[in-house]
Amino acid sequence: MTTETVGSVEASDSGPTSTGSRTTMILGIVTLISLGVLVLFGLILSPADANQGEAVRIMYVHVPSATLSYVGCFLTAIGSVVYLWRKSRWWELVAYAGAEVAALFTALTLATGMLWGRPTWGVFWVWDARLTSEAMLMLLLLGYLAVRRLAADYEVRAKRAAIVGLLLVPNVFIVRQSVQWWRTLHQTPTLSLSGAEIQGLMLFSLFTGFISITLVFIWMVIHRFRVAWLEEQVDAEGLDTAIAERRAEGMVS
Amino acid sequence: MEPDDPTFRSGTEPVVHLRGAVALLGRFPALAGVDLDVDRRRIVLLRGANGAGKTTLLRALAGLVPITSGDAVVLGVDLRVDRRAVRHRVGLLAHGTGLYDELTVADNVRFWTRAARADIADADAAMTRLGLDGRLSDVAVGRLSTGQRRRTSLACLLARRPELWLLDEPHAGLDKEGRDIVDSLVRDAAAAGATIILSSHELDRSIELADEIVTLGGGVALDEFVADGDDHAE
Amino acid sequence: MNSLQMETIMLSDAWLIARKDLKLEIRSRVALNQVIPFALLVLVLFAFALDPDRGLLEKATPGLYWIAVLFSGLLAMQRSFAVEAADGVTDALRLSGLTPSGIYLGKTLSVAVQLLVLEVLLGVGVAVLYGTSITGWLLLLATIVVATAAISTAGTLFGVVAAGLRVRETLLPLLLLPVLAPVLIGSTRAFEAALSGTPSEGWPWVGLMSVFAAVYVVAGIFGFGPLMEES
Repeated sequence: MTTETVGSVEASDSGPTSTGSRTTMILGIVTLISLGVLVLFGLILSPADANQGEAVRIMYVHVPSATLSYVGCFLTAIGSVVYLWRKSRWWELVAYAGAEVAALFTALTLATGMLWGRPTWGVFWVWDARLTSEAMLMLLLLGYLAVRRLAADYEVRAKRAAIVGLLLVPNVFIVRQSVQWWRTLHQTPTLSLSGAEIQGLMLFSLFTGFISITLVFIWMVIHRFRVAWLEEQVDAEGLDTAIAERRAEGMVS
Repeated sequence: MEPDDPTFRSGTEPVVHLRGAVALLGRFPALAGVDLDVDRRRIVLLRGANGAGKTTLLRALAGLVPITSGDAVVLGVDLRVDRRAVRHRVGLLAHGTGLYDELTVADNVRFWTRAARADIADADAAMTRLGLDGRLSDVAVGRLSTGQRRRTSLACLLARRPELWLLDEPHAGLDKEGRDIVDSLVRDAAAAGATIILSSHELDRSIELADEIVTLGGGVALDEFVADGDDHAE
Repeated sequence: MNSLQMETIMLSDAWLIARKDLKLEIRSRVALNQVIPFALLVLVLFAFALDPDRGLLEKATPGLYWIAVLFSGLLAMQRSFAVEAADGVTDALRLSGLTPSGIYLGKTLSVAVQLLVLEVLLGVGVAVLYGTSITGWLLLLATIVVATAAISTAGTLFGVVAAGLRVRETLLPLLLLPVLAPVLIGSTRAFEAALSGTPSEGWPWVGLMSVFAAVYVVAGIFGFGPLMEES
């Protein structure tokens, strides 16, 4: 495959050429196995909580999702910084993939939070620190994605989104800090295990939850990245043809 | 205005040197390999059909549009390395006025003169030269006619004393008096050491003015013709 | 050119831009004729929604005040960038040789001035319409200064992210309001602390908002330049 350099748009074979590969197939299988283990331990083998009953099992998905939504944010921020510094398309697409997957995991966190809250307190939503911060994270990510998906040239979208992306980290810190200060004044209930420490099978289930959700996250980011890469590739081809057509315009007169 | 501006270099290198310059607007190659050489003090007329790339060429020479391949050196600055460095040395008269409608003529000219870090006395002199002193100077730009706005934009350009003038259809929208002013400004600037590239559909008047004529078509320079003295080109 | 010279140039460019923006405002009177009435209207609408007789208005005053400031501030920010969208002005700014960081600081300063005027007028509005008695002056003033700095620094940076786009008017609120949520939380809590006579609870919030403003000033100074370029 030839390598054309079209300004900042590179049509080259230095990136993925399809969305599947042997590595990710193996990764996918491992992920499915670990999800199976999670179901086994989370739903069946671990005990119900003394106070919250069966509802506590949602924690095994809810807590890892929350953590990974922040990991996704960091990925976006790092990718944005490298893109602004080095103009690296690869890192910009990592940022984009990270943000989309983070948005997905934020939605998952919010959904599982509501599912957990309903049986525990009888309401779908409480303004506790974690849920509120996740809701704010969702809004911040939606802002980033709105900029990234503008109807404009790649360079314009990417640069503006990168600034929003790199500010995600300080924004998230400041939002979390302010929400936490705010809510601790009022001692609102938090979604967690009340009182007793997690141990034994519950701890193992939570651990399994972290492993398997992380694997899902990685698998998704890789695939989202590949799709985004290929999308941009399609746009990059054909400069020579475009130039020839353009010159031909001048000949007809 | 008779400057002996120390920023005008007395070299023999061309002010503009383009070889195979390609400029993209999005994915569209507005310039598809332009070759162009312009020496100092020359007045060059750019002509061509609409869409041929005249405006993009002028903007690229101003350092506003990136050159993605080929060679492009303007006033000694390699546009492919740092096109921003050339900007304060050129003056661009574009399709847009570049003026704040709610501010007066005097506000605008003085603001843009200060922004260019030029001498504020040049701002007032430029307004006088363009016939904008007196009553007009306190009128908000939004209330002026097209021709008067063009003159204000020209005053802003004149006050900067650029080494390279890039004029995109300078005669459009001006009455005869305005066009005469433009022509005399161009001749005076060239005499003082500046270089002028202008695009125009007003061929009669522009051909008189120009030393060289470049025709653009399909994003490339199709031919370059040098006019001698008062001969008309053909 | 050493860094002191660069700073001086940045500040003088900022001053030039700020003067130009404020002169524009004085000539066009958009903030005076539209933004301030809008802010007062918001206060009145809150009274309709919350019914002054039930004591809700009194308790909610700090929050309502800052929401009115935020929404009106958004309008002022939109206006600050709308003027630069006119007819080739952005190109003229790029060609002018003004430093982008100077342009950023200048626009931030002019928005901040307009916001301060707005906040003082709204303060009077709230004292009159909601019958608030004002105590804890020092904390109130500090909060106003810091919150204004936070809103104007972040607003100008996101303003240029959204500038020049057809969707600017809907994109800017989406970007800015979540980012300013901590400022709303902080300034409301600080005001509550001041008005209820426990100012010591309010000062940490002032600190948080100062950090916010500092982060954004730095981000704006470095980020404005790349964003001004189209490609």
